[in-house]
Amino acid sequence: MTEQDLRPDSRDLTATPGQTVGPFYGYALPYPGDNELVPPAAPHSVQFHGVVYDGAGVPVPDSLIEIWQADETGTVSRQTGSLRRDGFTFTGFGRCEVDPEGRFSFSTLNPGPTEPGRPAFISVVVFARGLLNRLFTRAYLPEDAEALAADPFLSSLDPADRDRLIATREADGSLRFDIRLQGEDETPFLRFPGHVD
Amino acid sequence: MGAQKLSGPDDAAESQATLSAEIEEIEASHAAAVAAGRPAETQPRLDYPPYRSSLLRHPTKDPRHADPETIELFSPAFGHRDIGILESDLTVQAGGEPIGERIKVTGRVLDGEGRPVAGQLVEIWQANSAGRYIHKRDQHPAPIDPNFTGVGRTLTGPDGSYSFITIKPGPYPWKNHHNAWRPAHIHFSLFGTEFTQRMVTQMYFPGDPLFALDPIYQSITDQKARDRLVATYNHDVTEHEFLMGYNWDIVLTGSNRTWMEEEDHD
Ligand SMILES: [Fe+2]
Repeated sequence: MTEQDLRPDSRDLTATPGQTVGPFYGYALPYPGDNELVPPAAPHSVQFHGVVYDGAGVPVPDSLIEIWQADETGTVSRQTGSLRRDGFTFTGFGRCEVDPEGRFSFSTLNPGPTEPGRPAFISVVVFARGLLNRLFTRAYLPEDAEALAADPFLSSLDPADRDRLIATREADGSLRFDIRLQGEDETPFLRFPGHVD
Repeated sequence: MGAQKLSGPDDAAESQATLSAEIEEIEASHAAAVAAGRPAETQPRLDYPPYRSSLLRHPTKDPRHADPETIELFSPAFGHRDIGILESDLTVQAGGEPIGERIKVTGRVLDGEGRPVAGQLVEIWQANSAGRYIHKRDQHPAPIDPNFTGVGRTLTGPDGSYSFITIKPGPYPWKNHHNAWRPAHIHFSLFGTEFTQRMVTQMYFPGDPLFALDPIYQSITDQKARDRLVATYNHDVTEHEFLMGYNWDIVLTGSNRTWMEEEDHD
């Protein structure tokens, strides 16, 4: 099949619409070890956690969070095995169904910057019953103040929004990142080129 | 049992007529905007009041424009060690044959340039032929099929193709309003070559009489865009004395990595 055969002019290449994940993903999308990018007892393991809230400030009990991130050296993993974890391969992908109080938690590593001088972040996707399409956001690590200050995207936001994208390092070393779907403290969600919503 | 009433804290008493009037009003205002020169919408509205659960769960601020960073220009890699060989056939996962109309759903996953998305994970989940999910929250008094879990996974082929054998799901009631029923659908979860292409959606079956009444389907305000979620019956996919065949192709949002020459996977 030639490249040409793959894209005849008549083909409709408008993106297929998304739809809500609905209420019943819970027996389908979660899998054993889905939120353990590294085993919780692994050296350097970090808990990345938070609560998903709705516009009334009430925790959302039927949301699913996915993360995708580089390893500690800033390397993007090309390793397979996210669905059948072997306990030592870092694949960079994780999935977590929130608990009845809207809490999610991943066992992972602090990502390193993928380029020197860039602020490191965890890429986050949010799905929920009642949410008609997925939402993208980023959870930046709080430590590298210089890189955060120099980042063109973060600098394009108003300071309160910028702060909402920076995770909090808690006393126990964990990273906290709450997600607010609506309201005063609404999490900034991202639109990438090619996205129309 | 058949007359058992669904009730719960979020049970709504509004009529289908009320909901349908809201749906029609939004559709008409979208059509008027298109007639006045605005581009037709192609994705669901996040703020779509007829879907009552969306009221407090949609962002009210515009999304912030972001150029994808390196991590977002890649996607998680999935391989054959991630998936069992039986996972794409939902009719052979238990001890016996599930009840219902056996179907094959097949198609291709393409990016916005029409290039196949190869070797990527496709996940599906669905109700059984009676409209019941194997989920503890599903209270619909329809029978559970002990031979059907309704969960499938597969990897796309080199040409972006995927294929599932399953049972045609039934429509099911839900609590958005009084006598609310979802058109029969299969939930799909898709990854592209970039994380920015991640999507979850629902595939529907042609000619469903519930389309006009369903706020989730109608949250896509343009008919042409809604039609992209409806599979096509294909007699060439149908197998003699075995199953009915449906085609459904999926196009992900455009690929940003087009401009990067480097591809460092091994
Ligand atoms: Fe469903």
